[in-house]
Amino acid sequence: MTFEVGSGLSIGVILATVILVAAMLIWVERRLLSFWQERLGPNRVGPFGLLQVVADMIKIFTKEDWVPPFADKFSFVLAPAIIMTVILMSFSVVPFAPGVGVVDSNIGVLFVLAMASLGAYSVMLAGLSSDNKYALLGALRAAAQMISYEVFMGISILGVVALSGTFNLREIVLAQEENGWYVIPQFIGFVIFLIAGVAESHRLPFDIPEAEQEICAGYHTEYSGMKFGMFFVGEYLGLVLIASLITVLFFGGWLGPAFLPPIVWFSLKAFAFIAFFILLRAAIPRPRYDQLMSYGWLFLLPVSLLNLLITGAIILSTS
Amino acid sequence: MLTLIKDTLTSQVVTLWRVFSHLWVKADTVQYPDEQPYMFPRWRGRIILSRDPDGEERCVACNLCAVACPVDCIALQKTEDEEGRWYPEFFRINFSRCIMCGFCEEACPTNAIQLTPDFEMAEYKRQDMVWEKEDLLIDGTGKYHDYNFYRVAGKKIGGKDKGEAINEAVPVNVRSLLP
Repeated sequence: MTFEVGSGLSIGVILATVILVAAMLIWVERRLLSFWQERLGPNRVGPFGLLQVVADMIKIFTKEDWVPPFADKFSFVLAPAIIMTVILMSFSVVPFAPGVGVVDSNIGVLFVLAMASLGAYSVMLAGLSSDNKYALLGALRAAAQMISYEVFMGISILGVVALSGTFNLREIVLAQEENGWYVIPQFIGFVIFLIAGVAESHRLPFDIPEAEQEICAGYHTEYSGMKFGMFFVGEYLGLVLIASLITVLFFGGWLGPAFLPPIVWFSLKAFAFIAFFILLRAAIPRPRYDQLMSYGWLFLLPVSLLNLLITGAIILSTS
Repeated sequence: MLTLIKDTLTSQVVTLWRVFSHLWVKADTVQYPDEQPYMFPRWRGRIILSRDPDGEERCVACNLCAVACPVDCIALQKTEDEEGRWYPEFFRINFSRCIMCGFCEEACPTNAIQLTPDFEMAEYKRQDMVWEKEDLLIDGTGKYHDYNFYRVAGKKIGGKDKGEAINEAVPVNVRSLLP
């Protein structure tokens, strides 16, 4: 069995790595947050607390996995599976390095956006089936937020797509080898994609669907045990996905000076963005719900459209 | 829209940088079980009953602490010894209810009840958090080394008659006409 795009070995390694990285982010996030808050963080289980994840996993697997009697059982169980599935599916089109990847799809960008939209079903089903006021409120907020932020997420990438002339993520990276990183011509697109990505993976400061201080835990209020764990890991998977997508679309993916292998460049760039997302969580307070929506529709939408318009005009005038 | 962009740059980006710069600030916490934190002398922790410099119990069972206690965690019963000294027959603090507010210490007229910087009072059984007088009473004087209630109070006890306390005048004989 060879290690190439689409081989069984490649799929297995990517799946295992992605899930392992997402699980390790639990530790990374707690540690980084604690450094920024002048604390020490979990450092007692294993060297530097690295085995904290193992301890957390043992805990979460031995917790009672309870389905509330008033919940709609089928969709209640289905919801956490959806978010894990769709985000892992999105990883299939991400080009990690030359020869490392699952599929080289010609519609990679569209596939990622489609899968992100399906993720909204997970939170909606979770909130609806829980039959809980807070869960329903969280699901309502999540649905509105994810649907509206998907619009600018899509539009903000279109500039990159127009510049490279392809929807294939691997070819987008290769196009950046000649043209330079797209963060320079598409800086506004990058910022909008970053903001939309945070909102899409409902991370702080845009964690309004699960705002603990307002609505318990939002759509996963009624979840416990590993079903909650799947939402939890799903959120971190979404974080890794957004960081990888930013790396691929705007920061040249695996490209970098040759003294490090391509996969290391990719990991470094993606980790920098993951750390940035955690910094956002440490620093920025959560906006009000209506502020988030009006910021999206009244500010981000016009700016992203303007960005697309100007990019198109420049491409037309230079070609 | 321009103000929004300006606010974003000045406020949010500055916030991000300020928080990020905490990366090279030394952690404020200590690794507790390995490394003990410094507890300030006025820290309100475990409650003790102190003794006066002569080694007698300071508590006179006046019940003011029990009255002052907002969670009613103090229970005591007054009794008297043959010298006329008041003391608690039992003195019970339920630390599972105590909120360490220190009101009992403020209410105490004889400096008997005092709060100490000790906070390591965890127990496996709830019943073990109820402390009796033997558990609460210490051998020393606590924060006030020289204070002895019966030496300054006008109360007559065995070995100290009326007018023999510190700063106390001999009682005036109101029936005598002599100057």
